[in-house]
Amino acid sequence: MAYDKFNILTTTAVPLPLENVDTDQIIPARFLKATKREGFGDNLFRDWRYNGDDTPKEDFVLNNPIYTGKILVGGKNFGSGSSREHAAWAVYDYGFRCVVSSFFADIFKNNCLNIGVLPVQVSPEFLEQIFTAVYDDPKTEIEINLPEQTITILSTGAQESFDINSYKKGNMLNGFDDIDYLQSMKGDIEAFAETLPL
Amino acid sequence: MSKTLFDKVWDSHVVRKIDGGPDVFFIDRHFIHEVTSPVAFLGLKNRGLKVLYPERTFATADHNTPTINQHLPVEDPLSANQLKALEENSSEYGISHWGLGHKKNGIVHVVGPENGITFPGATIVCGDSHTSTHGAFGAIAFGIGTSEVEMVLSTQCIMQPKPKKMRINVNGELSKGVTPKDVALYIISQLTTSGATGYFVEYAGDVFENMTMEGRMTVCNLSIEMGARGGMIAPDDTTFNYLKDKPLSPKGEEWDKAVAYWKTLKTDANASFDKEINIDAKDIEPMITYGTNPGMGIGISKHIPTAEAVEGGVATFKKSLDYMGYHEDDAMVGKKIDYVFLGSCTNGRIEDFRAFASIVKGRKKADHVTAWLVPGSHEVEDKIKEEGILDIITEAGFTLRQPGCSACLAMNDDKIPAGKYAVSTSNRNFEGRQGPGSRTLLASPLVAAAAAVTGVVTDPRELL
Repeated sequence: MAYDKFNILTTTAVPLPLENVDTDQIIPARFLKATKREGFGDNLFRDWRYNGDDTPKEDFVLNNPIYTGKILVGGKNFGSGSSREHAAWAVYDYGFRCVVSSFFADIFKNNCLNIGVLPVQVSPEFLEQIFTAVYDDPKTEIEINLPEQTITILSTGAQESFDINSYKKGNMLNGFDDIDYLQSMKGDIEAFAETLPL
Repeated sequence: MSKTLFDKVWDSHVVRKIDGGPDVFFIDRHFIHEVTSPVAFLGLKNRGLKVLYPERTFATADHNTPTINQHLPVEDPLSANQLKALEENSSEYGISHWGLGHKKNGIVHVVGPENGITFPGATIVCGDSHTSTHGAFGAIAFGIGTSEVEMVLSTQCIMQPKPKKMRINVNGELSKGVTPKDVALYIISQLTTSGATGYFVEYAGDVFENMTMEGRMTVCNLSIEMGARGGMIAPDDTTFNYLKDKPLSPKGEEWDKAVAYWKTLKTDANASFDKEINIDAKDIEPMITYGTNPGMGIGISKHIPTAEAVEGGVATFKKSLDYMGYHEDDAMVGKKIDYVFLGSCTNGRIEDFRAFASIVKGRKKADHVTAWLVPGSHEVEDKIKEEGILDIITEAGFTLRQPGCSACLAMNDDKIPAGKYAVSTSNRNFEGRQGPGSRTLLASPLVAAAAAVTGVVTDPRELL
């Protein structure tokens, strides 16, 4: 599924300073029963966000109206566990376009890149600076500049650059996905398959 | 140039290298199930694409299937809808489908090897992170997202940067009561839940050489729990003996040819790894987890560590212990438990049921414990009956359920209630993993059996 192009994103951010946030927290398994990609944002962080009777848990950050924006900032090892792409869908569907952390789990990172959510890995020190800036002033804006590969805390001017491979960067800038690419080389794939045992 | 086992398999499946980008990576075997495939098929339909090689994809229903009364219609309409979608999509695109009720139905990572779909040197993916299980055969196997499921269906390829390489050597002799599950939980506790992220692991050393295929599958299965994409073990006679005469294994001359190739699949003497870890088998005791990720494990005789003694943030550690209702420096032995789950793609094979039976034989299930014993497949279920294990567990007060993923991820009705403690042979102790509010202690089938008969966390060595 092609997605919106990503260029420069300037927005406030939502802080979630916990480590090892796993995909079962991002979207619990019981909400994976859809056969369409719809409505997953409603169940993003379901069990941290709502009580058993579906009333909101007031101390969870997504229920605190002072924190808004299109960037989710998480602790180290964000997105560990299950390969469910539903976790990335839930993040996207809720309205986030970028997740910032000091370390990402592999499959989650890959899934994000495949659906147009930009994972931005920063140093542990820079991550702390973001948390501090956002807690000091929830209106703090953060700029993600994909062409330049930089992340900037606009209130302090603190900046770091981040890595992304040039192929995936091109995809994000243009809203392309891997299937577009793979379809374009089907002849090569079929020739390659001939050389392998079944 | 010297190559590792991983290099040999990876490099032989690269269709194209992209400068500054991923490799276009060819997939030999693709497993699909009801939960992570429907949106991929929807994507195919929206783009008007076909399945390029339907004979390379295999469908089985496992994640949300009930584990009792499988002959009746599935009650939950959403689960029923996913099962129907898998059946219809498989039929429309000509994919082999082992749905609920089929004699070969079971957990994808149990039925694949049982039927010889898995083989050494293969590249195997599935929309499930425990696909790493198949690495036990010397395959490169790992979990993918749904977008990638769509890529494999339509082009038999995905786009992946080649991971770094790590070798984990475990040498020496395992002590009494120490199982492959304990070896894996010990490694994860040493590396942490993210310690192998970015790597593909090769397990080497005599502990793995002496392991059965079932044990190797348990170890490779848990590779993802330390962040590794997958883990693999060089194929040997144990592997070949397991695969010989499996329904889809090569036969006759083809078999001989295959084995000759498989024998070349080992790491060359001078090949190098980005990281190498050495572990002494005698340092490993039966393990149990006390927290909310699989890295939070300790030897069963030990006490829960303090926040200062573990790597990572204090807030995260304390949140985890609060969730579990435990405290720093608590002893694990003697903690009351409410549920026992034997099963899953980690420990749902015949050997796991044999181990469980070896402890419960001649004993009785503790009255307050609810136990769910769920075979990984019908083949496992049949063996449980043939080998007399069913009689042993029945005599001890246990019942056997029908195959499926069950309480490992609690998508069906097998949910541990909020606040209750479960000793589970599965793979994840995340918050709410086994049901909202559930508390999971990961352990081996022996530890699960010891807890089931005593009602508290118990060192299985006392009962062997």
